[in-house]
Amino acid sequence: MYKPIKMKNSIHLIGAFIVLALTVACERTLPYAPAENELLDGPIDGLTTEEQAMFLRGDEAFSDVFTIAKGLGPIFVANQCSSCHPGDGKGSPFVRFTRFGQPDTLGNQYLDFGAPQLQHKAIPGFLPERLPLGATFTDLIAPAVTGLGFLDAVSDADLIALSDPNDLDGDGISGRPHWNTIPEYAVLRPNSISNNGRYISRFGKKGNAYDLLHQTSGAYNQDIGITSLFEPFDPLTGLEEDPEVSTQTVNDVVFYLKTLKAPIQRNENDPEVIAGKLVFAQIQCASCHRPTLQTGFSPIDVLSNKEFHPYTDLLLHDMGPGLDDDYTEGFALTSEWRTPPLWGLGLSKDAQGGDYFLMHDGRALSIEEAIILHGGEAGEAKNRYTLLPEIERQQLIKFLESL
Amino acid sequence: MKIYTSIYPKQLHLVILLFLTVITLSAQETDPVVRRVQTDTSETVLNMDATYNRPFLAFKKTTVALGGYLEVNSIYSGEDGVSEGLSFQARRLTIFMSASITKRIKFLSEIEFEDGAKEIAIEFAALDVALHPALNFRGGIILNPIGAFNQNHDGPKWEFVERPDVAVNLLPATWSNVGFGLYGRSFKENWIFGYEVYLTNGFDNSIIDNEENKTFLPAAKENEERFEESNSGKALLTGKIAIKYSKIGEIGFSYMGGVYNKFEEDGLTLDEKRRVDVFAIDINTTIKKTRTNIVGEVAFINVDVPDTFTQQYGSKQWGVFVDVVQPILTRKILNWENATLNVAARFDYVDWNVGTFNETNTEIGEQLVAITPAISFRPSPQTVFRLNYRYQWQKDILNNPAAKTASWLFGISTYF
Ligand code: HEC
Ligand code: HEC
Repeated sequence: MYKPIKMKNSIHLIGAFIVLALTVACERTLPYAPAENELLDGPIDGLTTEEQAMFLRGDEAFSDVFTIAKGLGPIFVANQCSSCHPGDGKGSPFVRFTRFGQPDTLGNQYLDFGAPQLQHKAIPGFLPERLPLGATFTDLIAPAVTGLGFLDAVSDADLIALSDPNDLDGDGISGRPHWNTIPEYAVLRPNSISNNGRYISRFGKKGNAYDLLHQTSGAYNQDIGITSLFEPFDPLTGLEEDPEVSTQTVNDVVFYLKTLKAPIQRNENDPEVIAGKLVFAQIQCASCHRPTLQTGFSPIDVLSNKEFHPYTDLLLHDMGPGLDDDYTEGFALTSEWRTPPLWGLGLSKDAQGGDYFLMHDGRALSIEEAIILHGGEAGEAKNRYTLLPEIERQQLIKFLESL
Repeated sequence: MKIYTSIYPKQLHLVILLFLTVITLSAQETDPVVRRVQTDTSETVLNMDATYNRPFLAFKKTTVALGGYLEVNSIYSGEDGVSEGLSFQARRLTIFMSASITKRIKFLSEIEFEDGAKEIAIEFAALDVALHPALNFRGGIILNPIGAFNQNHDGPKWEFVERPDVAVNLLPATWSNVGFGLYGRSFKENWIFGYEVYLTNGFDNSIIDNEENKTFLPAAKENEERFEESNSGKALLTGKIAIKYSKIGEIGFSYMGGVYNKFEEDGLTLDEKRRVDVFAIDINTTIKKTRTNIVGEVAFINVDVPDTFTQQYGSKQWGVFVDVVQPILTRKILNWENATLNVAARFDYVDWNVGTFNETNTEIGEQLVAITPAISFRPSPQTVFRLNYRYQWQKDILNNPAAKTASWLFGISTYF
């Protein structure tokens, strides 16, 4: 038979209860924070309190869920920025989208069929878009959005200095800025350089977006079906609509993107990682994935005149027929892609559900597969990689995972 | 029904007045005008009887009885190293009032103020007409009998500050609607059999279009229009059968389903008819030998989500919770005659999106697991002081590393 415990004095009991209640209010019983370098999100150190407040507003808007009442769709791809860029990292093929209709630099031929972006989802009662017969297309997976303020603040002159359109140095790697037309609402960056009325655009996989405002208003419109002052046309009807997101919110998001910290390298003192970094430079990876760039002046103090390590040159490179999807944007060739930054590469899996999905469409399921897919200007670097002894290949991968 | 205080200050005053009356009355317990009616702890009640089986204050010479409960707590929590700090929460104040109009006609209402008076809801307000123990009619604002928690949700009955996830974050808790139905019981030796069946207004499109960004039945609670008209134009059917064997315990099987979306308006077709169907099983048993009480509920949900809408909103969901409560001490403590000290533990699991991604054929995430060890002290059965530690792992839709949250909760819940 069950026997209740006897306690001499009930006071003990009550006392124990209260003491327990008080002692437990202790930080140690709460989950530990993952190390700062294990996470992509978070602001750059040193923002002013005013800037931090704006960052927080942008952060909130970045994960804001669009419901039908808030303007979602009618046709769309996903309903919040952070579905595709979870934790500010890379997206999963679950929210991969398709762009179609432009097989050369003469412009998109399918604008009347909903090009360039396919909104393959629709709110209940509506039909999503279908890919028109005969249109060439590419699938795109979302990149991480960290450290973009640094990339944004690199001067045009620096990018031109990195480029070598005619391969004068004969290393097989050319690289050119994407001289592009820019939207009317774009505000030119300080000391921007123009070339026959075109400017260097640097964001997006084809480098088709001039700046983060261009990319953000495009994303609201094409990815979520949200109109703004900047992109007021509904993707389904093509009609101009009242803004569904405020200009203030768009600006907050742009500010947020600018002030997300740059990913922090892990294990950089590990001898394997150090050796891998050397291999990276030796086999020409670093000719496109430039380890170090420099910002110019930025109105955001912490971004001004800073050295940083993105592993990109922000230039377009011909990546060969294997990566040529017969689709392009602006004045890039169909075989050309903008070098993606490799910072944060090792953390991609934590945003992509535990697996790697690399290259523009996520077709590479490991870092090694991504390297093997390199061709064109990067063909030589790929060949050198395949000729490396196993141990050096592993060192290289270890280095890339540390980024 | 939510009434915002700023718009309806008058009603608020009225209810506060009512509340004060209750307080004053309960303070004068020796007054022969008022009599305290305790809950029926016998083995002849089912979960479905919970709305009536509560402590009430009855007034002499009238058939009116008043009651209610209060829940307040402090919470100290943090997610992945970011502390939310310490807060105090006035979760809810609920007031019930019942009246026997004639011997066979009863009225009961329950009004709840949540989070201070941010939300005021009429949770229950129904007329019951007894035709036969096995046949009663009920009409008004009723609590849909899905699972057991929805009907048996009074704070002081539980050893945990938080409500079970399956009950509040998968099923809607205190999910009430306007409608009519029948219920009844029959007894045979140690057996009780009960049933309920109602037709009410129900869900709407918000269950697949909400800020939670997942199929979320509780989102429909936000829709105040549901007390005026059925969003879909179709009724929601809710039915439950419960069987209790007094020596072991109770098991209930419940179903709730209907068309949720507005598929036509003014005779024009807007969409196909889309259904939501919910099936739940609840158990409640006490191991006589050790006095261990085990309560649990499992629920399965199927929602017709258009194929062309985003898979962010899942079409299948399920969840479960189990509470184990062990009294370790029952005796006179301080001056309380019948005080009890319990240790308890809860397990919560919810999967809001069962299935695989069309694009990758990999498992969809969106799951939550939580464990909550607890200690509770009841100076009397009506009042509980509880200390809970809750640890939760929650995965996003892509199955990225889980967000970990821990909370310390200390709270009081009491009938008055
Ligand atoms: C449906 C998925 C999806 C949604 C939703 C989405 N993005 Fe993206 N995002 C992408 C893809 C894919 C790319 C690459 C697009 C390209 O090449 O133009 C991208 C690129 C970007 C870039 C450029 C990064 C770089 O390195 O060049 C930024 C900035 C960005 N998105 C911000 C946003 C913001 C802000 C939102 C919300 C308003 C958003 N995205 C919503 C998928 C998405
Ligand atoms: C000619 C320039 C160039 C060279 C040289 C080059 N890459 Fe790349 N790399 C690119 C471009 C452009 C892409 C994007 C291709 C795409 O998205 O389809 C890319 C993609 C990658 C990716 C996938 C990144 C992601 O986020 O999906 C990895 C990893 C990578 N490169 C590593 C290397 C390594 C290692 C080397 C040296 C063996 C190397 N690259 C050499 C231009 C280059």
